[in-house]
Formats: sequence, structure tokens, C-alpha cells
Amino acid sequence: MPLWDWSYAFSILPDLLLALVTTIEITVLGSVVALLLGLVIAVLRRARIPVLDQVLWAFVELVRSTPLLVQVFFLFFALPRFGIELSAFVIGVLALGVHYATYTSEVYRAGIDAVPQGQWEAATALSLPRSRVWTGVVLPQAIPRVLPALGNYVISMFKEVPLLLAIGVVEVVNEARELGSETFRYVEPYTIAGVLFLLLSYPASLLVRRLERRRVSA
Amino acid sequence: MSVPEPMIVFDGVEKRFGSNVVLHDLSFTVSPGEHVTLIGPSGSGKTTILRLLMTLEKVDEGTISVGGRYLSHQDKGGTLVPADERYSREVRKRIGMVFQQFNLFPNMTVRGNLIEGPTRVLGLSRDEANTRAADLLELVGLSDKIDAHPTQLSGGQQQRVAIARALAMHPDVLLLDEVTSALDPELVAGVLALLRDLGETTDITFLCVTHEMGFARDFSHRVMMFDGGRVIEDAAPEQLFTAPEHERTKSFLQAVLDH
Ligand SMILES: Nc1ncnc2c1ncn2[C@@H]1O[C@H](COP(=O)(O)OP(=O)(O)O)[C@@H](O)[C@H]1O
Ligand SMILES: [Mg+2]
Repeated sequence: MPLWDWSYAFSILPDLLLALVTTIEITVLGSVVALLLGLVIAVLRRARIPVLDQVLWAFVELVRSTPLLVQVFFLFFALPRFGIELSAFVIGVLALGVHYATYTSEVYRAGIDAVPQGQWEAATALSLPRSRVWTGVVLPQAIPRVLPALGNYVISMFKEVPLLLAIGVVEVVNEARELGSETFRYVEPYTIAGVLFLLLSYPASLLVRRLERRRVSA
Repeated sequence: MSVPEPMIVFDGVEKRFGSNVVLHDLSFTVSPGEHVTLIGPSGSGKTTILRLLMTLEKVDEGTISVGGRYLSHQDKGGTLVPADERYSREVRKRIGMVFQQFNLFPNMTVRGNLIEGPTRVLGLSRDEANTRAADLLELVGLSDKIDAHPTQLSGGQQQRVAIARALAMHPDVLLLDEVTSALDPELVAGVLALLRDLGETTDITFLCVTHEMGFARDFSHRVMMFDGGRVIEDAAPEQLFTAPEHERTKSFLQAVLDH
């Protein structure tokens, strides 16, 4: 048996590409959850509302100090007990999104803290309503600064999607595993899976780096 | 002769930062249209007074009112309670402030900075706000900069836009905190000339902190000398600058002039 069989490799490529679409879907949807929820957490925490602030702090610490895999299993097995029946795909999106939201919330916080105090004061001096201070003054200055950091978390999330094979989501690595188990040839499917990740995450990280450089020179 | 109701009233105001009392039992009034300049050594509490008026700080004791309405308190059935955010925003609409560091919004153009308050707070239409912005830019001599970003402007130009931004809210009271201190020397005169012009052509009440004694002298109706969180001398500029009563005022003026 040769180490690498090209015709076999080409024959499994379509199935792997199809599974890659699932991986990308989960990444995109998970990113939407992470970017929005993280922003909500960061803005709420800045308001320092008693009790809510402690609850959010505890939640963020809890999520960040436990493995993502444990959270995935927890949602997968615990939610049905509360009568919430979700597909493995949706649970994967939620688990990744919430997990990464705790990281993006810290990124947003750093961006918000970097907006000079004078900007808040000028907004107060104009009597702008609170909501407009956020949407018109603070966030438009805070978010561009942290786009590279947010982009890096999206790339990390993309590479963590295969974790969801633990609950049966058919993403690229799970597909590779299944293809391999049919033919007992594992080298080709796993290699192709790895190459597919590389082909997407490397250009993405170059893009993030360019974004970083533009921030520095601006 | 009837005495007009004062525009600004400080009544027994105390302000502390931790255990540091920075304003002691401070009481004074400012009449509508009056130009009052606060002078005094660094750390004497001048900025704190302006920040209290802008509700950027909270009073610890006493009350402040502007245009006959309490600023940081609300009258609820005869008793004074701390004002909520909505109420103090309403009173604060009548007050504008210009900062030492300009604090223009860098994410907006000059036009964006000027129409932000009028459209979002005063409820002007975009067209009305644009007209007002164009008029104000003409007044401050920067009509050609309407689509520029703040970072493309010199310090003096930024400060003139900041003044226009405050004026766009049609304030009754304008607070100026060392508005020329961050400017290169050659840009100071332009900003001061603009302020002199505003002093003559508007009936805005000015409360102004400055180290420009020449400007203080011909702009102000009244000068208050602060030291250690207390007013130690309160007089017309001709009086205070030529024949100060207090030793502390004399030495302060001497130090500023020598500088
Ligand atoms: N946010 C703050 N926290 C603690 N102390 C402050 C704060 N702001 C001002 N102070 C103190 O209050 C005093 C008066 O300050 P300030 O009003 O800025 O004086 P001035 O404008 O006359 O130089 C100073 O002793 C200063 O250190
Ligand atoms: Mg000061």
C-alpha cells in the first residue's frame, strides 16, 4: 500500500469540501454570536450595574477557565434535560459563540478603555443621549482599533470547529475520519483536511496582519 | 431697578475627592450675559468648578443652579433629591463647554461634529443643522474645512471648530477651560480674537479659566481669584489687575507676568 494514493485523494475531495462548507458556516455563525454577545457584555460591564456586573464577571471567568469541550458536552447533554432540543450544529454554534464572546468582550473592553476620557466628556457636554454616545462616539473609535484582535479570534474559532466531532457534527475532520474508517486509509483524508485549514487560515491571518499594520501607520 | 435673576448660582458648594476637600463652602452668582474669569494657581479648583457645572463631577454639599433650575438636584414635592440623568441632561443642554484638548470627535468630519448635537439633542433636521454648521464655520473662519477630519486641522483650527460645536447648541452659558493652553503660541491670538468677538456680539454668559491675563482683563466683567478652593478676591478686572487687595493675588499676578 503506497503512503499516498492520488486517485483516492481526488475521489474524497468533493466530500471533504462539502464538509468544509459546514465548518465555514459554523465559523461564520459562531463569529456573529461571539462578536455581538461580546460587545453586549463589554458595554453592560462598563455601565457597572450592581449585581449584573458581578454576574457577568462570574460568567466570563467561568467560561474562560473551563475547557471548550466540556462546555460543548454540557450544552449537548444538559439542554435536552430542560426540554430544549437543538441540533448538534446549533449547539456547536452556540458553544463556540458564547465561549469566544468571553474573549471578544475583553478585546472590546480594551478598545473602549483606549478611547480618551475627553471624548466621553465632550459627548456629555453636548448632552448626547447615552445610546448615541456609544453608537456615535465611543464604539466607532473603539472597534477599528481592535479589529485585528477580533480577527485573530475568528481564525482561532475556525480551527476549533473540529472539536464538535465530539457531538457528531460532520465538519471536515469528522468527515475525514469517516472516510478513513471506510477504507482504512487515513493519511489522505486527514492530510487534505489539514491542507484545507491551512489554505483558509493562512491568508486570513495575513489579512489580519495587514489590518494591524494599517492601524499602526494610521 | 429690578435685579435680574442670576444665570448661575453656587450655594454652599463643597467638593471632595476622597478626603481632599477641593472646594470649601463656595457661594457666588453670575448674572445673565456676564463674563467671569477664574484665575488662580494650579490645583486651586478652577477646573472643578466648570466640571461641576457640566455635571462631569457631582457636588458633595450645597447646590448649583443654572437659569433658575437646580443642576444636580431635583425638587420633588418640596424636598431636594439627587437629579436623575434625564433631568440633568435637560438642564445641561443650556450649558456648553470648550476643553483645553479640544476633544473633537475624530471619527466624524468637521460637519459631523457640528451637526451631532443639533440633530441628536435639539431635534433639528439635517438641513437646518447643516445651515447652522455652515454659518458657524463662517463665523470662526473655517468654511473651507467643513469636510475635513479633525486630524487634518491645526490645534488652533480644531479649537475654533470646538467653539463652533459648542455654539451650535445655542447655549446660555459657555464654559471655557484654558482653551488656548494647548496651542502653539502663534495660534493663540486667533482663538482669543474669536472669543472677544463672541463676547461682544452674543449675550452668552461666559465662565472662563485662563492664564492669558491680557485677555482676562479686556474680556471679563469680573475676575475671581481662587486659592486652595476658596475665592480670595472677586472684583472688576481694572481693580483686580491694577490694585489687588490680597497679598496672594499680588504674588500670583507677579508670577504669571514674570513667566
Ligand atoms: N478626578 C480627580 N480625582 C482626585 N483629585 C482631583 C481630581 N480632579 C481634581 N482633583 C484635585 O482637585 C484639586 C483642584 O483641581 P482643579 O480643579 O483641576 O484645579 P485647577 O483647574 O485650578 O488647576 C487638585 O488638588 C486636584 O489634584
Ligand atoms: Mg485646570
